[in-house]
Amino acid sequence: MLNGTRRFGALAIAAAMLAAACSSAATPSPTTAPPVTPAPTIAPTATMNTSTPAPATPTPAPTVNCVAGSITEAGSTALQPLIQDAATAYQGHCPGATITVTGGGSGTGLSQVAGGSVQIGASDVLANTKLATPVADTLVDHVVCRQGWIVVTNLDVTGVTNLTTQQNIDIWTGKDTNWSQVGGPNLPIILIFRPQSSGTRATFKKIVLSGATEATGGQTLTEDSNGAVTTAVTKTNGAVSVIGFSYYNAPANKPLLNGLQLDGVNATIANVGNGSYKLAADGNLYTLGAATGLSAAFLQFMMGPEVQGTIIPNDSYGPVSQ
Amino acid sequence: MAQLTGAYRAARLRAAPSLRERIDIPRRVAFAAAASMIFIVVLLLGFIAWQGIQLFVKDGTPVGQILSPTWQPDSTSGPTNFGLLPFIAGTVYVTAVALLISTPISVGLALFLSEVAPQWARAIVQPALEIFVGIPSVVWGWLGITILVPFLSSTFHDDLVLSLPIVGNIFTVPGFLTGFSWMAGSLVLSIMILPTITSVSYDSFRAIPQELRTGSLALGTTRWQAIRHILLPSALSGVMTAVVLGMTRAAGEALAVQMVIGNSPTMPAAITQPVTTLTSQITLDMGNTVFGEPWQDALWTMSLVLLIISITSVVLVRVINRRKMAS
Repeated sequence: MLNGTRRFGALAIAAAMLAAACSSAATPSPTTAPPVTPAPTIAPTATMNTSTPAPATPTPAPTVNCVAGSITEAGSTALQPLIQDAATAYQGHCPGATITVTGGGSGTGLSQVAGGSVQIGASDVLANTKLATPVADTLVDHVVCRQGWIVVTNLDVTGVTNLTTQQNIDIWTGKDTNWSQVGGPNLPIILIFRPQSSGTRATFKKIVLSGATEATGGQTLTEDSNGAVTTAVTKTNGAVSVIGFSYYNAPANKPLLNGLQLDGVNATIANVGNGSYKLAADGNLYTLGAATGLSAAFLQFMMGPEVQGTIIPNDSYGPVSQ
Repeated sequence: MAQLTGAYRAARLRAAPSLRERIDIPRRVAFAAAASMIFIVVLLLGFIAWQGIQLFVKDGTPVGQILSPTWQPDSTSGPTNFGLLPFIAGTVYVTAVALLISTPISVGLALFLSEVAPQWARAIVQPALEIFVGIPSVVWGWLGITILVPFLSSTFHDDLVLSLPIVGNIFTVPGFLTGFSWMAGSLVLSIMILPTITSVSYDSFRAIPQELRTGSLALGTTRWQAIRHILLPSALSGVMTAVVLGMTRAAGEALAVQMVIGNSPTMPAAITQPVTTLTSQITLDMGNTVFGEPWQDALWTMSLVLLIISITSVVLVRVINRRKMAS
């Protein structure tokens, strides 16, 4: 599944290159906005930042600050669906802007943005937990959303709708090994982890397990991505795992999974917003130094009403609490 | 007349080589291609070796630690311990069982194709093998996760106990709790390396001089006796090369294996339980770690171990072939 994402990323890059090639064929210079397209909000050069009143701007988004040029985002796959949708929307408003969205994982996002090979790096965890302090200090954090995770089981774990924090600790450290110990059927508990380096696992370990060491051995599996975890949970009797809201709420996944409450609180965006559901964290977008040009305009767009009010709830993320 | 002019031209050319001949562009191009290939290989080996030793040089991990069975790379939850033994053992075990399954079938298939099959059967089997080679590993992994894994867990769910009346239990193999297991990885790999071993062994059987076959038949051997005593020994080095190539492919495969083995970073306990491999762990962790941290340095050390495995097998193939030349 990881490779799937990577390949998708590669495809996206290829597509972007193709698009760039096409536009450069149509216009004399790739950095200049196509003169034919009626896009009055586009500045003629890539770096100029214009907040235009734009008399001829299409009606839906009068507040979008358009900057032409191209940037690349890499990192967290948990945040990727949101950033992809936001980038698509931004490019819809601003035809001169190209935002390439790729995955790769939080670590990749942080290393690449720190090394300057991408302009925006997405991470589920704070930069200073991964990077050495002098490197982490060169990055600027932009919190663009809240994201929540939910504990899910195979559908054959009937009768279990809620796990307390203590029950989670007992299950994930290997103390409880049968669902009957937490009110479920007589069925061995199969733990499906994300890799130790994953942001999802680190967040769950910190918030729910209070840092307790997880079980290892024959009843544990490790899967690479939210997608692979979802497949493994649906295919394995007695399986339990943790996935992002955006993956749980996907229409193709939801009927195949049994989503659990945590300490009696429903895993909903509203409960993440009011703080009662605790398995949540900020979605961080990092830039090397202060954001400039298209990066700044895009990050501003991500904080604007269209993304915070429409795209974020649609993709099952939480808006940033103001 | 034409011949005469041809000879004259040739003589003139020999006497006074043209400018182009003196510069000899094709040779330079070929030389540049070869040199750049060697340059890239050396660069690559150097880079992986350099990155691979950073765990010891920069992070100060004792070299012996990589042979410990404990993998604890996360410095935020206690002291780290970069034991690579579970991954090395997983790679070796999964590959070994895959070879055990695949080699007899592949060699048998190669013998069938070269010695037994009528022309029409060969015309079917050979293209089929080529299609086999062309199937991407992700498809094998997907088939594994969709068909093989559920099949193993539903069919062989109970413990396998071998017991005798007086002695009692001789051994117990735990059943497939989930189906994600060492066995599933080996089965998927054995199918993936089947065409490699088959086609290389087939070539070595075809290379045996026809006289050996006709000669042994003239001595009154049966076809089986000819295969058993003449053909198999003659082609042994070729078959061994085929097995080593299959082994290299199996040890280097990441995606299909990762999808079905469960990736549990502990020492392999039973063939029915989840294991992990070098390649699988590298792909799991590489996106989530950052360049320069000890965790990622440990992944580079795993790459170095893989590289050493593949270089060893290349040397092995060379040695086998040299012995074949000598004999």
